[in-house]
Amino acid sequence: MDTAKLERITATAWRIPPHDGMHVPGIVYADEYLIADMDDKVCQQVCNVAKLPGIVEASYAMPDAHWGYGFPIGGVAAFDPEAGGVVSAGGVGFDISCGVRTMLTGLPANRVVEVRDTLADALYAEIPVGLGSTGHLHVVGEEMDAMLLGGARWAVEQGYGDAADLERIEERGRMAGAEPATVSDRAKTRQRDEVGTLGSGNHYLEVQQVAEILLPDVAEVFGLREGDAVVTIHCGSRGLGHQIGTEFLREMVETAGEHGIALPDRELACAPIESALGRRYLGAMRAGINCAFANREVIGHLARQVFARVLPEARLDLLFDVSHNTCKEEAHPVAGESAARRLFVHRKGATRAFGAGDPALPEPLRAVGQPVLIGGSMGTASYVLVGTPRDGGHAFRSACHGAGRALSRHAALRRWRGRDIVNDLEQRGIAIRSPSMRGVAEEAPGAYKDIDAVVEVAERAGLARRVARLTPMICVKG
Amino acid sequence: MSKLASTDGAAGWEHFEHGADVGLRAWGPTLEAMLEQAGIALTAAVTCPASVRPSERIAIEIRGRDPETLLYDWLNSLVYEMAVDRLLFARFQVHRRDGGLAAEAWGEPIDVARHAPAVEVKGATYTALNVSRLPDGGWLGECVIDV
Repeated sequence: MDTAKLERITATAWRIPPHDGMHVPGIVYADEYLIADMDDKVCQQVCNVAKLPGIVEASYAMPDAHWGYGFPIGGVAAFDPEAGGVVSAGGVGFDISCGVRTMLTGLPANRVVEVRDTLADALYAEIPVGLGSTGHLHVVGEEMDAMLLGGARWAVEQGYGDAADLERIEERGRMAGAEPATVSDRAKTRQRDEVGTLGSGNHYLEVQQVAEILLPDVAEVFGLREGDAVVTIHCGSRGLGHQIGTEFLREMVETAGEHGIALPDRELACAPIESALGRRYLGAMRAGINCAFANREVIGHLARQVFARVLPEARLDLLFDVSHNTCKEEAHPVAGESAARRLFVHRKGATRAFGAGDPALPEPLRAVGQPVLIGGSMGTASYVLVGTPRDGGHAFRSACHGAGRALSRHAALRRWRGRDIVNDLEQRGIAIRSPSMRGVAEEAPGAYKDIDAVVEVAERAGLARRVARLTPMICVKG
Repeated sequence: MSKLASTDGAAGWEHFEHGADVGLRAWGPTLEAMLEQAGIALTAAVTCPASVRPSERIAIEIRGRDPETLLYDWLNSLVYEMAVDRLLFARFQVHRRDGGLAAEAWGEPIDVARHAPAVEVKGATYTALNVSRLPDGGWLGECVIDV
């Protein structure tokens, strides 16, 4: 990114002064190295978001930001409904509530190493993964609506999951305000066989080792012990979320003019929060969040069943479940103001990161803050961070979500062969299971930014603190 | 934008780079031919189109006139059919009708061993969405798909 037009305000934050119709400045969290590698299009997209009606404080980009659709991936923006603020289908994205959950096995990693290939094969056989796979459940009619209203609670009621999991999921496993009637029949049809499927692309299930503890007091509360094995799942709302995104994006593009909105980019399609379309989208998007909650809960249950067979001493207690493509109604003080405002916070490839004392967090997490789960890619590390207490001016208590891509799929395919990557990772003790070697090449570890640098900057910027570093042992990839 | 200035009456497709995803570029002497090529480019994001047998036929109807919206709706209709019936498509025939398009797509159910699908397409987006005429009267279409 060309930094000539940016003001460096701290070692880890760059400000883009408002220009050309921006209502607020842009703020990009990065050090000099991350900012140099960031695409200029991220800057352009941060500026475009700042032009949307009712945006408050700033248009933010996290340290892992890369070129997305309308919003940068790694973008955070909040809108005030009282000031004509909007909700944007493009600002949430196609994979509504895509997210990460981490479960604790309570076992040392060497117990996994002993059965690694058996466990990898069993997980790959049991968890539906990749294009064309179907879930264990066939969900239609009233059952579909119950799932869209109930989220992870619905999954637990169906016998897929554990009631103790619910308080370890954002919104306690059930997003309020979901309106299944606003979700089209096509979206529901697309989901009927996809509940409990992992999907493809960058979605995965990994068995990881806690390689390093960086914040011992918090790690203890989280139940993370150095050398232990954990299971991490990355996936979202599957076909239902994708279809909701596709349909509302189109409708918001078509009606932007009627709402008096001049879109700087069609992909920023949006509608006033206080409009019929805005409310309808919120009802559908919240149903999509519940779909993602249910999906991850079911997959977590399938993983538990596999472990019960292969490694019966493993517990698989849920540490936490975060979402990173959402729009949430939250109260935050806007920088320079003392009272909190009711805002609609879009996090597109960004994670909510509530700090200690936040009433949204369950005990005992309230004492230390929310686990912020940062997914890596096959060969690279993942991280567990913790949210930090903050008042305004810090991206509405948000943090990064992953490493972020550095190379396109196209470029990755030119550079690597999937089989070589699988062999290389095997040499390093990492077992890959995937239906597609081309998919593995497109998701090559080298196609991603340096995750260690991304989370280090997130910590220095005060967005979240590093608790533990995780390294992969098994990766089941769609 | 494409370097393409002329189709020479031929139709074709290619992928172009997008940060996290895949860009589709298709061209042809007519809007219909361009859309058919865009369908092949969509399949090629998932698997080698030559590996897909055109053994099953489905029909797709799309309403609308704006060429860019037609491309968006066409690709998203194919994404929907691929997802719901777990199909891959190899061959397309698009006809213009009053008020929209009537199209047919031929393909087969996904065979994971044979097709080794690389990605699942979530949807066609408005990013870089462009349909324009070439100097020789041909049609060019571009769209980024979210995978």
